[in-house]
Amino acid sequence: MTIEVKNLVKKFGSFKALDGVDLKVNDGELLALLGPSGSGKTTLLRIIAGLDWPDSGDVAFNGEDALAQGARERHVGFVFQHYALFRHMTVFENVAFGLRVQPRAVRKDEAAIRARVKELLDLVQLDWLADRYPSQLSGGQRQRIALARALAIEPRILLLDEPFGALDAKVRKELRRWLRSLHHEINVTSIFVTHDQEEALEVANRVVVMDKGRIEQIGSPDDVYETPATAFVHGFIGESIELPIQVEGGVIRLGDQPLALAADGLAPGASKLFVRRHDMLVGPPGSGTFEGAVQHVRNFGPVQRAEVALSGGETIEIDAPRDRELRAGDTIGLNPRRYRIYAGA
Amino acid sequence: MTMQIAEPVSLTPPDARARAHAAAARDSLRTEPPAVRVVIIALAVLFLSVFVVLPLVLVFAQAFSKGILAYFAALANPEALSAIKLTLLVAAISVGLNLVFGLVAAWAIAKFEFPGKTFLITLIDLPFSVSPVISGLVFVLLFGAQGYFGGWLRDHDIQILFAVPGIALATTFVTFPFVARALIPLMQEQGTQEEEAAVSLGASGLQTFFRVTLPNIKWGVLYGVLLCNARAMGEFGAVSVVSGHIRGETNTMPLLVEILYNEYQFVAAFAIASLLAMLALITLIAKTVLEHHLDEGQDVNDH
Repeated sequence: MTIEVKNLVKKFGSFKALDGVDLKVNDGELLALLGPSGSGKTTLLRIIAGLDWPDSGDVAFNGEDALAQGARERHVGFVFQHYALFRHMTVFENVAFGLRVQPRAVRKDEAAIRARVKELLDLVQLDWLADRYPSQLSGGQRQRIALARALAIEPRILLLDEPFGALDAKVRKELRRWLRSLHHEINVTSIFVTHDQEEALEVANRVVVMDKGRIEQIGSPDDVYETPATAFVHGFIGESIELPIQVEGGVIRLGDQPLALAADGLAPGASKLFVRRHDMLVGPPGSGTFEGAVQHVRNFGPVQRAEVALSGGETIEIDAPRDRELRAGDTIGLNPRRYRIYAGA
Repeated sequence: MTMQIAEPVSLTPPDARARAHAAAARDSLRTEPPAVRVVIIALAVLFLSVFVVLPLVLVFAQAFSKGILAYFAALANPEALSAIKLTLLVAAISVGLNLVFGLVAAWAIAKFEFPGKTFLITLIDLPFSVSPVISGLVFVLLFGAQGYFGGWLRDHDIQILFAVPGIALATTFVTFPFVARALIPLMQEQGTQEEEAAVSLGASGLQTFFRVTLPNIKWGVLYGVLLCNARAMGEFGAVSVVSGHIRGETNTMPLLVEILYNEYQFVAAFAIASLLAMLALITLIAKTVLEHHLDEGQDVNDH
């Protein structure tokens, strides 16, 4: 099933949750909507599910207008951040719900329903919890049951709203890997919303980065990390050093200091220089593009994270390998191995 | 190198000391000396005994003062039986109506956003803030002989005032807030996610209501119904204005108690009053049980 979203606009009062969103999702894809809270990603997901309605724009499934149908007819599996399990039903009945509410004409008989629920509980590896109530489960178990419940109706599309947002870090990592292999197995077109870049980059085939109701970039996890399309994407994905610079007459200046960086093809005016923390290479004083004094060093396994006060007055954080130990008070030269410049302040 | 131990003490005393310290800290949180505590508790118990328990005991004592036979004879009196029947009928009508209205109002307030929502919530509370006598008078103004609809009703030979419909209307008005008030916070807290999940799984509106919403609020509904029923059976002021006090016809139990008392028929008056008192006791017990279930429901709700 493909999903096509065209020029979607949704306002809540004066707040623009979606501001002209266009998106195409391919059949069988696992797509991540990534953005900070308030970026409109959950609103987009809810509109695709039929739980919210846009002010204008189109949503089509396989070329068919989806907005003409309610959530009930769309056949979309939805997994909520807080699980939304039916608290008065057992795990078994939760998963069976979608099968039991089908119109009499197409409803399966009791034996078939039982077999299907058993199959789904096996799929999420929780068949031993069938008689428990949601309150007796851990967060990770609840979310897997919620997923089994959504899959019971054999959805054409699977939508997951911050599925691991309420779980602790360790469980989250396990479930991430599990979701990826599950998607490989069932291969249904899936979109999941997250504000966790690591999650998006690790799980998804493609990542959609959103900010303020607009799509900033669509691309593979490598694309959005290696070639961020906008300053926002560079700042949001991966750990970046951000420096305000001026481009004037072919020269880049940080404050009043000219930098030995190529300014070819850059528009003059205020711009932003982005460097990944680990792309800032440390050298002896006087050897680099930047000069700075080490303020503070912390060690994180293979890297040392140093706070460096640049001679221009800015303070940055760099990640350096531990082959040469840095100490507070050292004066060092810094050279960006790779960098990107975006016009605009 | 030698280890220096600053204070060579054995292991147990610090432990015991720590425990004593913790106990002292706990006690110091309640700074009142024991005597003051006893006095405060005694005052509360005394007040409750004099103002609540004693009257209740007196009601039963008076009811049985001429023996158990007189008690049952008073209850078997046709006037008493008719009052009991009318009270049950009116309570059934008003609880039924308020169950439906309360559910609808709570649903609208908890699940939707619309302009005037705060005003609607205030309006629901109106019967609580208005004297029941005024609630009754409103219906006299509407349906009385000189009222807005009085002429039309007389022409069509419909009797509302001084008859069952008037009593039921007044009671319904006075007891309207109970079910809605019990449900609004509960439904607001539960949110709409489970309903959204049900709809996305293919459930219709009715299926969603009966399979998801209703089971989640059933204890709240029962709680509201219970309080609504207690008030409906005990309502005096509003009913007194619209009933007309026709003996054997439009007297509810509370009205009959007053009439009998004014006629110095103490045993009969207190016999009926004892029924109302028993209703109150049963309500209290049921309320405690329901509150226990409501609390449990909240535990299940944690994310």
